[in-house]
Amino acid sequence: MGGRTRREIYLGEGSGTGSGSQHLYVNMGPSHPAMHGVIRIVAELDGETMVNADVEIGYLHRAFEKECEAGPYNNAIPYTDRLNYVSPLINNFGYASCVEKLLGIEATERCQYIRVIMSEISRISDHLTCIGASAMELGAFTVFLYMIKAREYLWELVEDVTGARLTISYARVGGVKADLPDGFALKVLKAFKETRQVLEEVDKLLTGNRIFMDRMVGVGALSRAETIAYAITGPLLRAAGVSYDVRRAQPYWAYDRVEFEIPTGRNGDNYDRYLVRLAEMEQSMRIVEQALDALPGGPINVDWEGRAIDPASYVDRGKQGKTEGLLLIPITLSPNLAGLERPVHRAVNVADKRVVLPPKEDTYGSIEGLMNHFMLIMDGYGIRPPKGEAYFAVEGANGELGFYIVSDGTDRPYRVRCRPPCLPPMAALPRMIEGEMVADVVPTFGSINMIAGELDR
Amino acid sequence: MGLGGFFTGKLDEAIGWARKYSIFQYPFVTACCGMEYMATACSHYDVDRFGAGLPRFSPRQSDVLFVVGTISHKMAPVLKRVYDQMCEPKWVVAFGVCTCTGGFYDNYATVMGIDTIIPVDVYIPGCPPRPESVIDGLMKLQEKIAAGAQRY
Amino acid sequence: MDGQAILLRLTSTFGPGIVETHDHRGDHTAVVERSMILEALRFCRDDPDLQFNVLMDLTAVDYLKYPEREFGPRFEVVYHLYSLPHNHRLRLKVRVEEDDARAPSAVPLWPIANWFEREIWDMFGIRFDGHPDLRRLLMYEEFQGHPLRKDYPVNKRQPLIGPRN
Repeated sequence: MGGRTRREIYLGEGSGTGSGSQHLYVNMGPSHPAMHGVIRIVAELDGETMVNADVEIGYLHRAFEKECEAGPYNNAIPYTDRLNYVSPLINNFGYASCVEKLLGIEATERCQYIRVIMSEISRISDHLTCIGASAMELGAFTVFLYMIKAREYLWELVEDVTGARLTISYARVGGVKADLPDGFALKVLKAFKETRQVLEEVDKLLTGNRIFMDRMVGVGALSRAETIAYAITGPLLRAAGVSYDVRRAQPYWAYDRVEFEIPTGRNGDNYDRYLVRLAEMEQSMRIVEQALDALPGGPINVDWEGRAIDPASYVDRGKQGKTEGLLLIPITLSPNLAGLERPVHRAVNVADKRVVLPPKEDTYGSIEGLMNHFMLIMDGYGIRPPKGEAYFAVEGANGELGFYIVSDGTDRPYRVRCRPPCLPPMAALPRMIEGEMVADVVPTFGSINMIAGELDR
Repeated sequence: MGLGGFFTGKLDEAIGWARKYSIFQYPFVTACCGMEYMATACSHYDVDRFGAGLPRFSPRQSDVLFVVGTISHKMAPVLKRVYDQMCEPKWVVAFGVCTCTGGFYDNYATVMGIDTIIPVDVYIPGCPPRPESVIDGLMKLQEKIAAGAQRY
Repeated sequence: MDGQAILLRLTSTFGPGIVETHDHRGDHTAVVERSMILEALRFCRDDPDLQFNVLMDLTAVDYLKYPEREFGPRFEVVYHLYSLPHNHRLRLKVRVEEDDARAPSAVPLWPIANWFEREIWDMFGIRFDGHPDLRRLLMYEEFQGHPLRKDYPVNKRQPLIGPRN
């Protein structure tokens, strides 16, 4: 056969000499077995080596930003659930906090702690899914089953608080939908005990595993300078050795009152990203435990001027039979809600008008609650931040999740922009996999933890 | 199967019974519903009890197309192509409200229900549907498969 | 440096190149002339006191229906910068007219600008001069128009297959 290699026979003259004259184009996705999420990679291959890759996204573009402009401020909250659907609580709170920044108010102490607790629970479930799914793609199916089992425990907590497992819509501008349920702290401790057991098992299964290390160590690495130039944040940046975390750099909510470490890596490869995520889950559990200990009492919501709303005012008086007070309130509901008396209502209610929707018991049970509800829901009323713009960043599970909102003074956001933490690593994916083998695309893609809802919005 | 009504009926019943417990599914996972799909497939809810535990990632080897998550107009041709590649007999499950009707994404980017593109056998509404309702939908599909075998 | 000092530094360096500055809710913003924006970005990135080494976000806003801005420049391209060494933020903006909707590309400064600018072209139809590969990012090539413009109806569909509902 002479000097001709086997590869030359299949791929043609010159391909075995490294001249690269016979490049092969392979299409991966948008519906690919080894990849969770809908993207398309057009790979240019020299043998099995990746020469070049073109990444196409947008298969899950759902017009988040356009939909937000169409409705009042609170209507955007269900859409934010579905941005990063693995950790929806962080998106919720991030959006609500950005509107609060526009309004110039701050949530109450208790609400800030609740936001911290729920965000961290969400972050753990995100990292669990990420590690589980990327391990599954490398053949470690057991890990996936264990991780999803642990995620179920956390989702049960989330369901206790919010009433839903995944798309929770728990945040409100100025607060949260409801307070934590009774006995929540005990349930959290129990769930964390189980989660820690799972993490210990997974740590034993993966961290020193020869096959896993062979697939992860040194693969998909990106230098520190390039990671920064690509604006990559979150676990990927920390794996490259930069300890940037919005929770520490620009603390929001109650993050400056809890202790936690920022785990960092050194090489910026897939294995370091895995280690960083694993360590972050432990830190998140620490934060939740501290926050539960320090959780102050008091109100969870604030009104439009930033004054705290007393929880006692939430109690439905009508249902308790205390109707004599209600009769003294000089408001009657117009039979025609958009009718002639509308300006009068505004005059009556302006002092009472709040940012937070009243609880449903109040809406259905008392006249003030009903009025309050209408004033927040009716077209042209509702939350009206002054003209201006604000950018608010929170640490999402994949990095800096920023919301940029422009207000024109009406009850609808003029423009909502979400800075997706997934997009920069996806833009850098061709750089990460350049020169690697085709099979390395899968663990690299898994370590990015691309969430299509957030990437494409 | 032309040996007489009685025998044909029994054979079809047997085929239907066998088919409904060997569902090879093709998960066409795009969005949020995929998370609940994962939860349903894993040990906590264990879809394997219904003989549907093994996903096949090639459309040519699968019987049931699970369309999980929002389908955008950019994705629609891909979905149609995957459906066309599947061999008869085939069934389609619309998982989640976005695939059923488009859900609250009534905008320029999304398809208002996948039944405008491909035929659908079972609709599982919910945003996303809870694992219990997914399992309910799967059992409905099994009934349909068992009954439908007599068509062939 | 605090935000006011950064803005002062910019105005003293670029003079009339800085159209206006403001500070709303603690977000410091400078509106820059279009011809100066690339230099301003480069200055922000390289100046040792500023060192904005991360282009955190790049987006645009369509001011077609904004009160009192109906006749002004229609678009604004918005750069959000962040400095890892100094931990401060800055927002730069460029105003762009509708009939001359173009801005210089920031790809030579930050590679991530590539995708951000492609998204802006896709969503708003603003062209970036010097961009190596200005294709649509999220929508498909057959799509007509730019959906995030205020005059694009929210549910005007352009399906590739299936009924035009």
